[in-house]
Amino acid sequence: MTKETQELDVLQGTAPRVNEVKRFFRVFLSRGLVVFGLVVVILFLIIAAAAPLISPYEPNKQNLREALAPPSAKHLLGTDYLGRDTLSRLIHGSRMSLMVGLVAVGIAAVVGMVLGLVAGFYGSWINLVIMRVVDALMSFPMILLAMLLAGLLGGGLRNVMIALGVAMIPAYARLMCGQVLAIRETDYVMAGRAMGSSNMRLMFRHIVPNAFPPLIVLITMQIGSAILAEAGLSYLGIGITPPTPSWGAMVNDGFPYLLTNPLLSFFPGVAIMIVVFAFNMVGDGLRDALDPRLRGML
Amino acid sequence: MLAYIIRRVIQAIIVVFLVTLLVFFGMRLLPGDPLFMLFNPNQLQNYTQEELQRIRHEAGLDRPFIVQYFDWLGDVFRGELGKSILTKTSVTKDVAKRIPVTMHIGGLAFLLGIVFGIPFGVISAIRRGTWLDTVVTALANIGITVPIFWLGIMMIWAFAVRLHWLPAMGYTSPVENFVLNTKQIIMPVICLAVFPIASNARQARSSMLEILRQDYIRTAWSKGLTERAVIARHALKNSLIPIVTLAGMGIPMIVGGSVLVEQVFNIPGMGRLTVDALFQHDYPYVQGTTLILTAVVVFTNLLVDISYGWLDPRIRYT
Repeated sequence: MTKETQELDVLQGTAPRVNEVKRFFRVFLSRGLVVFGLVVVILFLIIAAAAPLISPYEPNKQNLREALAPPSAKHLLGTDYLGRDTLSRLIHGSRMSLMVGLVAVGIAAVVGMVLGLVAGFYGSWINLVIMRVVDALMSFPMILLAMLLAGLLGGGLRNVMIALGVAMIPAYARLMCGQVLAIRETDYVMAGRAMGSSNMRLMFRHIVPNAFPPLIVLITMQIGSAILAEAGLSYLGIGITPPTPSWGAMVNDGFPYLLTNPLLSFFPGVAIMIVVFAFNMVGDGLRDALDPRLRGML
Repeated sequence: MLAYIIRRVIQAIIVVFLVTLLVFFGMRLLPGDPLFMLFNPNQLQNYTQEELQRIRHEAGLDRPFIVQYFDWLGDVFRGELGKSILTKTSVTKDVAKRIPVTMHIGGLAFLLGIVFGIPFGVISAIRRGTWLDTVVTALANIGITVPIFWLGIMMIWAFAVRLHWLPAMGYTSPVENFVLNTKQIIMPVICLAVFPIASNARQARSSMLEILRQDYIRTAWSKGLTERAVIARHALKNSLIPIVTLAGMGIPMIVGGSVLVEQVFNIPGMGRLTVDALFQHDYPYVQGTTLILTAVVVFTNLLVDISYGWLDPRIRYT
């Protein structure tokens, strides 16, 4: 196909969609760090999925005779104060991090988007009430809110996911509301209205799909934040309940042995950092690919 | 200007009010009788139903929620945040003792975030694509991902356990022993400042890059101005607004982070108080500390908003 006919296709709106997809991947994968992040995220997913198959030991199996062993061929990253294999616990801990990250962000994204959609679409007092509550929650430190909720609900995996999910709702509601306010005024929404589309159809056929790109970026980045926050909660002891391995709790478990076995706290922290960094990089890449205006800005 | 400030203050008060509502009713609507949380099952057996009822009555927990709420709100306006259900100590007194500690450490971290974060970001934008930019960007990306409680523990290992340069933990009043205080807060402050420094640097960089693409910057260059004049007089001043906004939005992050940092370094601040109260399910304490922390966050944000006027005369506060 020659360049001219291609341009003609674009003008007539009949250009093949493949170009758009190709462009997306070309921009998305153009930076080394983004590719690195993507590889780490995929590895993380595989490790979490295959944890029982690849971990050398049972994560909760105690062996007091080998407690606090340094790294060796038998225990690649050593053992903790109960003789549990650190590497196995790290591998199984990835499941907790991933679960919390995905479920918490899932809750936040769904609820936040519905709130933002309703607030932005219907406007007037509904918008006022929802956005005031969102403002109130936004001014509140996310980790503190999650801590309050998790503490009051009583910790544990399910409650941590709920607490973090609720604590992250405001960001989605605000972003969605802003998007909807802008999109609501566009010609195609007005055209849809003129053609007699119902509110539901306008919202879900026209507004939601167009409001989505920035939300995808936020979702990716927030998975990292949720993992980081879960680690914080588990470190404080209001997160995932022992003996279930969680990276945050492992940092805390290693703390009393800082003098003799600093590696116990070191490894889980590095794991948290690498995974959160990877999700942030993928988020950066997605933003570049989805929003050409911001390309290379951050 | 005055009308704007008044309106913003009223808005801020509404926000604080909403948070008190959320915390108060959230706590009471969640499952679990506070008395069952306060005592463990063994202790609970030592009390008769009447005694439990009496404790509940003394703490006012047997009245309708709405009455409890307005009672508490009335107390707050009189400057009394309530009394612990269990130990009967005054929340106000405890908060008054601990808030300076958190503000001391948090305030220094906020300052470090501005003093280091913004220049790093600006330099990295001006020297875009050089090794300096690469290093700053990489460090900033790491800075926003590092778990601060872990960083704190690693710093304790390096500077207290290995090198013996600094005390591992604790807090002494600066009035009592300034030198010891300074030594004790070096690590917590740095720990808490890592996130603001990194996120301010990222924001400053992107904001500066956006400005450097503007037409008036090209005009300034083509007039033959020196780099110094272009950057300092034309670019920097215009890029400050979004940076200041984001630095202000970092305040909740610092307050949230101080909970973790105070735990790591065993510092008796507001964060510790909140965590302890939460573990003991002491309603009045949790309510009091969240109210104060929210008020601090909301009103510092307000100050940031108002300060725009001085930074940018284009903002007219309509």
